[in-house]
Amino acid sequence: MIEKADQIFVLLLHWLVGFLPEAWQHVASVVVCVAVIVAVYPALFAVAVLMERKGLGRMQNRYGPNRVGPFGVLQPVADGIKSLTKEDIVPRNADAAVHFIAPLVLVVAVFMGLAVLPMGRNMVLVEMDASLLFFFAMGASTELSVFMAGWSSRNKYSLLGAMRAVAQMISYEVPLLLSTVGVVMITGSLSLVDIVDAQTRYSWGLAHWNVFKPWGLAGFVMFVIASMAETNRSPFDLPEGESEIIAGYFTEYSGFKFALFFLGEYVGMFSIAGLGTTLFLGGWSSPLAALSWIPSWIWFFAKVELWICFFIWVRGTLPRLRQDQLMNFAWKFLLPMTLVNLLVAAEWRFVEGVWLRWIVGMAIVAGAYVLMGRVGMRRERLGPRSYRYAE
Amino acid sequence: MSIAFVVLALLTLAGAMAAVTLRNLVHCALALAVAFAGLALLFLQLDAQFVGFTQILVYVGAVAILVVFAILLTRGADDGKAGTVFSRTWLAGLGIAAAVFALLGWAVLRSVRGLAQAAGTPAVTVENIGQALMSRYVLPLEIVALLLTAALVGAVIVAMYEKEGAR
Amino acid sequence: MLGEGILKGLAETAKNFAGSYVSKERLTTVQYPEERVAPIEATRNFPFLVYDGEDAFAGLRCVSCQICEKECPPKCIYIEKSKDKKPDYVGKPQNYPVRFDIDISVCMSCQICVEVCPFEAIKMDTVFELATDDRFGGLLLDREKLSKSNEYYHTIHPTEATEVDARLAEEKAKVEAKAKAAAEAAAAKAAAAPPAPPAAKPEAPKPTGGAE
Repeated sequence: MIEKADQIFVLLLHWLVGFLPEAWQHVASVVVCVAVIVAVYPALFAVAVLMERKGLGRMQNRYGPNRVGPFGVLQPVADGIKSLTKEDIVPRNADAAVHFIAPLVLVVAVFMGLAVLPMGRNMVLVEMDASLLFFFAMGASTELSVFMAGWSSRNKYSLLGAMRAVAQMISYEVPLLLSTVGVVMITGSLSLVDIVDAQTRYSWGLAHWNVFKPWGLAGFVMFVIASMAETNRSPFDLPEGESEIIAGYFTEYSGFKFALFFLGEYVGMFSIAGLGTTLFLGGWSSPLAALSWIPSWIWFFAKVELWICFFIWVRGTLPRLRQDQLMNFAWKFLLPMTLVNLLVAAEWRFVEGVWLRWIVGMAIVAGAYVLMGRVGMRRERLGPRSYRYAE
Repeated sequence: MSIAFVVLALLTLAGAMAAVTLRNLVHCALALAVAFAGLALLFLQLDAQFVGFTQILVYVGAVAILVVFAILLTRGADDGKAGTVFSRTWLAGLGIAAAVFALLGWAVLRSVRGLAQAAGTPAVTVENIGQALMSRYVLPLEIVALLLTAALVGAVIVAMYEKEGAR
Repeated sequence: MLGEGILKGLAETAKNFAGSYVSKERLTTVQYPEERVAPIEATRNFPFLVYDGEDAFAGLRCVSCQICEKECPPKCIYIEKSKDKKPDYVGKPQNYPVRFDIDISVCMSCQICVEVCPFEAIKMDTVFELATDDRFGGLLLDREKLSKSNEYYHTIHPTEATEVDARLAEEKAKVEAKAKAAAEAAAAKAAAAPPAPPAAKPEAPKPTGGAE
């Protein structure tokens, strides 16, 4: 029974494609899986937007949307209808073709990344050897779509936003990649399925998640920070700072194309949260052996939703960074920390003795953190503000 | 020669052709990105996952962006007012391109002849590549790493010098 | 240590989030159309014209001196002066505005018109539900729409209105006393010297409120 609940979607798929002739079954199962992914994640997107608006409201002593339907739960539907029926405006000077392609490229690239995430036991669309690399390759191609959107709009705000976005994404891709390298080093595989399998072991009833290890914890924290920057979430939302450059690269988008950008951004959040869950939080495995009876896909989606909640929480808390702070943080703090973390991972791999490697690993991580925090992030002494022309 | 190969080859060629014939420089850069992506897909079609994904990650994700940045930072994107996209020395360029192609073709043909054809496609996993890079090819890897670091340091120094000079 | 402030901030927002479900203090929003906050005395948005008594026209304090029109920074006031005169609150004949328009789509609620008015005739209102589907006509308030009674002024700004009333009463008393004195003097003079000169005109009330 538990086994059935765990594998319910897999069994459902087998039952569904069983109606078709043998030759068609493979293609049909792929099509069904893709359709399910393309349906489930936008639904999650609607839920996440509602959660974000309600949660942010509560953090700011307001109610949030509460007019459409009971407690405002139908707000995403209203938003969807609104964006679908709005006029699609293309600026007269815009590069129409590129302007049109940009949101499509973004959404396609973002959805492609979901293909390799194991969303439950035996629930992965494409099982490949280098799935982690595939994920990052897809993530990298979203940068180009952002640039296309910003450049083709022929709007200075769009271009500024696009340049900011691209600079930020390139800068934070380095620590994002490097923070995952520790996991790859220990697991010895780039396959996300293998990485989850390696974490689905229990000793004393507790799972062997990577986050419970010194290198994993440090990598996890840096992955969270870098993933926020990668998805342009607050406090790294300079590319779309509403108060400075209106909405950045999608200033000139309206109607459904704007909705596509919005969708792409949120699905990107889900996919990166799913990747982080897979790499550090044990993917679809339960934290305690005693809780293993809960179906694996529930664990995966619960962790992703929790991750999204954390993103919302951070967004409600931190103000936007300045451009120089953003770059300083990436290159002077995150990058050295990830490199130190690689050292810790290597130490974990090669030092014998359980206690020794724990102590050494913790010491290196904590020492580097304190040192880097003191030296790298030293506050610049800014004197009293002076004006050249005034006074 | 499968249909997939033909489609991908045509895509790559079309991207490359567009990259050299279009007027708008940013369009050229985007077309170049398409060519890169086509090349990556060709690698994937040959079952070389690692190379294919690295191609996308590095070329589409970084090099294309770098090209675009360089274009935007150095000149306006609308410079393509000049009458023709052919430069005056296009004949020499064609000659060089043909020479490079001939050299590469010659090398490829020779290497194919040298290999045992019957071996079939070996299953090259990412793990194998990693092992090879870290054992047999560790010296070239280190040399490349050193070279890139030197280039990075040089770039930083160039950027820093200008700032000090301005002061 | 690095990150300490972030943790503190996260704790604060978490407190707000959880507290908004239990404590009224952490959820200060009012569900506007159904609920309303109690009127706040110091609030102001657009000017209106005060009249005394029952009749909006007869009691209008404005004498159409056009100072507010000239002072208004965005020039949103338009006044047309009357040819004839009507008595003001002390009984002296004064001009009155035939037209007094304020374009509230232009008004920036600076209150300068109120500060310069020598007759306490224009004051700031607190009505904010002025939305209309007529962009031009609906936002151009004419004299009839602008005229509001002194009682209404008392309900929205009680303290200020009481002060204004006291000032006006004082002035009125002063004017009456002066008129009385003048009348007495004239009577005395008339008694002393039979060919009486015309009684001295009561001086126009001196502006006291607000004007520089």
